[in-house]
Amino acid sequence: MDYPETLKYSQSHEWARQDGDKVVVGITDYAQEQLGDVVFVELPSLGKTVSAGEAIAVVESVKTASDIYAPVSGEIVETNAALADKPELLNQSPFGEGWMFKIRPSQTGELDGLMSAAAYRQWVESQ
Amino acid sequence: MKTTPLYEQHLALGAKMVPFAGFEMPIQYTSITAEHLAVRQGAGVFDVSHMGEFWIRGPQALEFLQHVTLNDVAKLKVGRAQYSMLPNAQGGLVDDIYVYRTGEAEYLMVVNAANIEKDWAHLHGLTAGFEVGLENASESFALLAVQGPRAAQILQSLSEVDLLSRKKNDTFMAKLAGRWARLARTGYTGEDGYEVFLAPDEVGGVWKALLDAGVVPCGLGARDTLRLEAGFPLYGHELTDETSPLCTPLAWVVKAYKTFYGKAAMMGRPCLQKLVGLRLEGGIPREGYGVHKEGARVGQVTSGTHSPVLKVGIGMAYVNAEWAEPGTGLEVEIRGKNIPAVVVETPFVH
Repeated sequence: MDYPETLKYSQSHEWARQDGDKVVVGITDYAQEQLGDVVFVELPSLGKTVSAGEAIAVVESVKTASDIYAPVSGEIVETNAALADKPELLNQSPFGEGWMFKIRPSQTGELDGLMSAAAYRQWVESQ
Repeated sequence: MKTTPLYEQHLALGAKMVPFAGFEMPIQYTSITAEHLAVRQGAGVFDVSHMGEFWIRGPQALEFLQHVTLNDVAKLKVGRAQYSMLPNAQGGLVDDIYVYRTGEAEYLMVVNAANIEKDWAHLHGLTAGFEVGLENASESFALLAVQGPRAAQILQSLSEVDLLSRKKNDTFMAKLAGRWARLARTGYTGEDGYEVFLAPDEVGGVWKALLDAGVVPCGLGARDTLRLEAGFPLYGHELTDETSPLCTPLAWVVKAYKTFYGKAAMMGRPCLQKLVGLRLEGGIPREGYGVHKEGARVGQVTSGTHSPVLKVGIGMAYVNAEWAEPGTGLEVEIRGKNIPAVVVETPFVH
């Protein structure tokens, strides 16, 4: 199980990373492993205003549909178009090519309030 | 929580275990899609030891089974098996089952794990007037389903008895990897294969021999996607105490020329809704989702998944009878959006 040090993590198993004035978001290695084969991804529409903790995307595995939550508040400024044809990128590269969307944050500090890699690993191990 | 005799083997293979019908069962070992495709293209093995087995014996075993099941048991020769169902008094179903004729006056009935106690009580309540004995042998059998286009060939390498020329629904005793087993050329995947009944303390050796021969261990996740692609119903979803088989593609099971328990109730019920297959390009139907036509709700999804072979959403649904014809365009409501769906013939694959 991978827990990259450079990322921040939510209790609902999203990761987030500062990228210039945007925050890139995806699901963690643990999340993709729990979901199993991802076969369908529903992404938020561009320009949508989202609040931290709001369900804004859906990842469907063969077995079930799971909500994905915004880790920070702001505006959706980019989504990963590659996932429409290759949803399996979420399994193959959850921290890389399988990123889901980018948010331009409307509040400062929310990203810092997320868990560190070490804290998230502890959270997963307590599940 | 109960376990099957292969519990330790599942853990050793790293299976993801889930509770199912009171048993702790493997849902997947590696990936549902990979296991699904192994069965479609090669051979896979499922531990289905959770399923229930009843012996029905006695001079009137046939008459009893004719009374309590819907298919025609009189057609079963020794060494043959048939798919069937247990009707209730209201024209619904207690369970769907398989009946194997193992001797002149001896039958084996395989029932769904979740229904073992219900079926047992139901059958016991109907024995009056029949010279018949029932035995719940669910704890005495382990059951493996070896399925896929290569399944029979691989099983043949473990047995000296001819397995390749047997017909679908044949059943017989044979030695497999040195252990006595009851084999039946049956399954729940839409592929060729065998189901293998073994003593609980002997199943481990056969399981190991199958894995050593290259058969892929498969969990309940793939079992569900395979049966859906094959258009097979699952009790508790498509079939229930309330549903009539006459309103499903399995109406052929009901032999109206014989008498059976609850016949008048079943034959007298109209089909307000019918069970159909649905195919969706734009989403995955799931149990409980609403089915719509021209803004009105006309049905509900009973099972659905992403088809690993077709790579589209497939599902089964009860819809108002007027919209049940193949080719009918409907919509499935997925997270507040109506996604186009088409009524299609089942099986979805083959």
